[in-house]
Amino acid sequence: MLENYFPILVLAIVAIVLAIVLMTLSRILGPFRPNATKLNPYESGMDPVGEARDRYSISFYLVAMEFIVFDLEVVFIYPWAVRYLDLGFGTFIAMMIFIIMLFVGLLYTLKKGTLDWELNNYRG
Amino acid sequence: MSPGGFELFSLLYIPTWVAVLAIGLFSYLNSAAILVYAERRVASFIQNRVGPNRVGPAGLLQPVADVVKLLLKEDVTPTHGYKVLHAVAPMIPVITALMSVAVIPFGEGLYVTDINAGVLYILAVASLGVYGVTLAGWSSNSKYSLLGGLRAAAQMISYELPMGMAVASAVLVAGSLSMVEIAASQEYLWNIFINPIGAVIFIVAAFAEANRTPFDLVEAEQELVGGFHTEYSGMKFGMFFLAEYMHVFIGSILITTFFFGSYHLPFAGYWLPELSPLLKGVLDVSVFSAKVVFWCFVFIWVRWTIPRFKYNQVMKLGWARLLPLSILNFMIIAAGLYIYHNVL
Repeated sequence: MLENYFPILVLAIVAIVLAIVLMTLSRILGPFRPNATKLNPYESGMDPVGEARDRYSISFYLVAMEFIVFDLEVVFIYPWAVRYLDLGFGTFIAMMIFIIMLFVGLLYTLKKGTLDWELNNYRG
Repeated sequence: MSPGGFELFSLLYIPTWVAVLAIGLFSYLNSAAILVYAERRVASFIQNRVGPNRVGPAGLLQPVADVVKLLLKEDVTPTHGYKVLHAVAPMIPVITALMSVAVIPFGEGLYVTDINAGVLYILAVASLGVYGVTLAGWSSNSKYSLLGGLRAAAQMISYELPMGMAVASAVLVAGSLSMVEIAASQEYLWNIFINPIGAVIFIVAAFAEANRTPFDLVEAEQELVGGFHTEYSGMKFGMFFLAEYMHVFIGSILITTFFFGSYHLPFAGYWLPELSPLLKGVLDVSVFSAKVVFWCFVFIWVRWTIPRFKYNQVMKLGWARLLPLSILNFMIIAAGLYIYHNVL
């Protein structure tokens, strides 16, 4: 079974080499005449104010956190989805209860307004 | 490594998987160039103007001219940007996009490799592309870039969930995580006939994953200038461009493979007679390509027809509409198939 992964290794090496070659070509063929104004980060023609890596909306963090919960759910579902016909009625019911619980959890977070992008709707 | 596989290659003493890999990579890279040209021609057709028609016959050499121009441009890294990350970021989407060629079946026996976790491999490789976009935004030290990168990351992980659930319902039908078996299982009935809601969810999620209109908030020019690639020039920008069009191509391939019968004609199992291996191979690849071209066209068509969402609307569609719908759809399909196989 493991030898089936050999082509993927070959492909990965080809893809990485291809990407590096493209980057290097551009380095060799293109001009290189930097100056301070050219290297300034773009801010609509003004001098940049402050650092770019500033604090940003907490909603991005909340989305990432919710994502981990539900992505794990999907990962749990895949192996069951492959063998569910052989596993019998008990497992089928167990899985349905598992999915319903997570579904209720999703409805709860949506009702709470965690994923509402306008944060004033948060009803924590 | 397909056993037996396609006889033509074995006459030339090339293993089938090497031939498929070479042809697959070639078509992936060219798909981007052709799609750029197609997009501009279709756009100008939709907007009732001419479009590129100067370079070569009917402007066909326009992509070549574009690539040469990008290669000859200066490569700028902004001050206080992370130099290494800034250089690595554009490579990630290109590499991950190319990696997905490995498990796609282009015809019966025409695949690079058949691993028993093909679906997981595809989803894993597709979500690795998020890193490129996020790192590009972070390493550029520009406010537009950072906002674009964050938006891209949040959007792509949000739509991965309904996409994963929709694919899981396709896995239920095939009873396997191998792409080859999912394709083969649709010989009699395409998955869209069993699971139309799942297909719609998958198509919407594929548009969002490719960051295409109506979900192109990531690079909304009016508010974010260039989004995560504001500070990129030359071939580094070119690689993001390449990756974007390869993602359109991959999106079309996945829609075709999971829900539109892969390389099978509709209900082919019922009426298609036994063909010689060469004829079957040619037919499979033509059918597959025709479907992929159609979906690529839909991607372009939608981009020039539908306006962009607001960001809160995008997140609401993903979390409050598509995700509950996809979970319910999965449960209904699972229950339906269970009853079909055990009771009826």
